[in-house]
Amino acid sequence: MNLLAIIGEALRALRLNRLRTGLTMLGMIIGVAAVVLMLSIGQGAQTTVNQAIASMGSNLFIVLPGATSSGAMRQSSGSAQTLTLGDAQAVANLPSIKAVAPIITGTAQLNYGANNWSTVVTGVTPDYFKVRNWSTEDGEVFSDTDFRSAARVVVLGQVIAKNLFGDEDPTGKTIRIKKSPFLVTGVLAAKGQSLDGRDQDDSVFIPLTTGQRQIFGSQFPGTIRFMMVQGKSTEVMEEAESEINQLLRQRHRLAEGMDSDFTVRNMAALAAVATGAAKVMSLMLGAIASVSLLVGGIGIMNIMLVSVTERTREIGIRMAIGANRRAILTQFLLEALVICILGGLAGVALGIGGAWAVSQAADMVVVITLGMVGLAFLFASAVGIFFGFYPARKAAALRPVEALRYE
Amino acid sequence: MASVQPDSSAAPLIRVENLCKTYSLDNGINGTVNSQVLYDVSLNINRGEFVAIMGHSGSGKSTLMNLLGCLDTPSSGHYWLAGRDVAALAENELARVRNHTIGFVFQGFNLLKRMTALDNVATPLLYAGVGRAESRRRALELLRQTGLGNFAAYQPNQLSGGQQQRVAISRALVNNPQLILADEPTGNLDTQTSGEIMAVFERLNREQGITIVLVTHENDIAAYAHRLVRLKDGRVVHDGGVTA
Ligand SMILES: Nc1ncnc2c1ncn2[C@@H]1O[C@H](COP(=O)(O)OP(=O)(O)OP(=O)(O)O)[C@@H](O)[C@H]1O
Ligand SMILES: [Mg+2]
Repeated sequence: MNLLAIIGEALRALRLNRLRTGLTMLGMIIGVAAVVLMLSIGQGAQTTVNQAIASMGSNLFIVLPGATSSGAMRQSSGSAQTLTLGDAQAVANLPSIKAVAPIITGTAQLNYGANNWSTVVTGVTPDYFKVRNWSTEDGEVFSDTDFRSAARVVVLGQVIAKNLFGDEDPTGKTIRIKKSPFLVTGVLAAKGQSLDGRDQDDSVFIPLTTGQRQIFGSQFPGTIRFMMVQGKSTEVMEEAESEINQLLRQRHRLAEGMDSDFTVRNMAALAAVATGAAKVMSLMLGAIASVSLLVGGIGIMNIMLVSVTERTREIGIRMAIGANRRAILTQFLLEALVICILGGLAGVALGIGGAWAVSQAADMVVVITLGMVGLAFLFASAVGIFFGFYPARKAAALRPVEALRYE
Repeated sequence: MASVQPDSSAAPLIRVENLCKTYSLDNGINGTVNSQVLYDVSLNINRGEFVAIMGHSGSGKSTLMNLLGCLDTPSSGHYWLAGRDVAALAENELARVRNHTIGFVFQGFNLLKRMTALDNVATPLLYAGVGRAESRRRALELLRQTGLGNFAAYQPNQLSGGQQQRVAISRALVNNPQLILADEPTGNLDTQTSGEIMAVFERLNREQGITIVLVTHENDIAAYAHRLVRLKDGRVVHDGGVTA
């Protein structure tokens, strides 16, 4: 028996039933496309989360005002004003702490010439940029002197630089924040999305002191919105957390048994949760897509079984003129496999196209890897062999005389 | 291999001893019913013979032909084909025998649909492992020999009954078999076309020495043969001259 000739017979049989072959293939195409699409969306989500985590900075705590008691509803964390610049400076002196970045935020209108843009204005210390591991692309961040003197200086995020200045170089120019002039000292490198999905490049940074005194006009001078605290190393994070808790309870004069009026969050734990969620989502998408592939496979089996029954007489004739069981088995298996391989190829193409369309339409990150395409394709072939085998074996097991007598 | 005959060339091509065939049927009323169709059929056919098998409808002619053609297995008895005990052959070897040793011609032609005459004739060669080009060359040669050289590209449903049967005969011959088994090959054809088909068989037997076993209901078809075997209710009731 000649494998090439049998491939020819299989292809001929598929060509003779173009519509049916096409429809069966459609099941495969949709299944494989769904797998590729879902995997790429899931992978994209994971990539987005990982980038956000990487952009966050390492060994970070966030300390927020307000309690997170699990009992009765209290002031929710973040809305109270219990943290002060003094708290931040005290935390900075703890043995396990490397740096502290106290932060105040608010939204404000920015102007440069005729362009204006409303965005988040963040008041920070120069240490903030170290804690976030965030460097400038052009110019410098403001200095300690600027911080102490509450100078009107500003560092721009990428989006702001583009929107206000276009192709112009912003460094050294003056913009207006709430109508006050601020000197641009530099433009930050792109950072991308944060874990909560905000575009971190759509913001500007001014000295915290300037923000407190001139922009936000806080009625409690000296309070901050929250602080980012960086531990010395991954190993001391637990120690650092208890040091912070102890120190702040002491400073806030909280007696034993009283709830804390602040909350310390370990960002690594938060990151783990986000990563886990993205993974689960990937898995779920993959599982859903696999179901459609399975349905496609059952479609193939269905059609092949019909085909075997319909072609029983043909099988009998082939056996009478010398086809052995293996030749019959091979032919029917090849028919299923050809459907899967062609369907798999088309499905991969459709899946990649779909992923591209989704990334364009929904502004989502999708990631297609060769491994993913290979996996979908392999899976499709496995489905073909698995679901093609039973009908093929059924055909090969027919006794010649019975097959010939079949009406 | 359980071959009994040491010198196969001297042995009869077909040697059948006490062949029986019983069908089991589940008729749905009183369970499985056994019906015996062949009773102790014994038969020797030598190389180069031209044998006609006759008998009433239902007498077991097709059943016997299927057994001789290795398409079915007997319930009991022995069958040696070219000196080899068929019962001892594995499935693959049986396929090889059907491919190399035997050529089948059916009453209903049994051509593969939507395939050209040429491809139909070439298919047994593909299963024999002959390359495509060589297969087609030999197939065309055979179509020419049976007078269908101009119809190679036709599909079965574009050919007349007589033409289809010639394609089937070409297919049976393409692998140079020693034995042609023809079950009512002229059953679907008119008298004149039947005569033409029989002339082909006669020539193959006379010129190439191919052994032919042929089932027919008609005396003038049987008259082409040199020996007549008559079956009645599954038993051989005559074996000898054609004019019985
Ligand atoms: N698969 C089968 N199952 C059960 N009985 C069968 C089967 N095939 C044939 N028979 C029975 O065996 C008997 C002989 O059938 P067979 O086809 O050999 O007759 P035949 O001599 O060729 O008849 P005809 O001249 O009409 O072709 C019939 O009674 C038939 O009903
Ligand atoms: Mg019959």
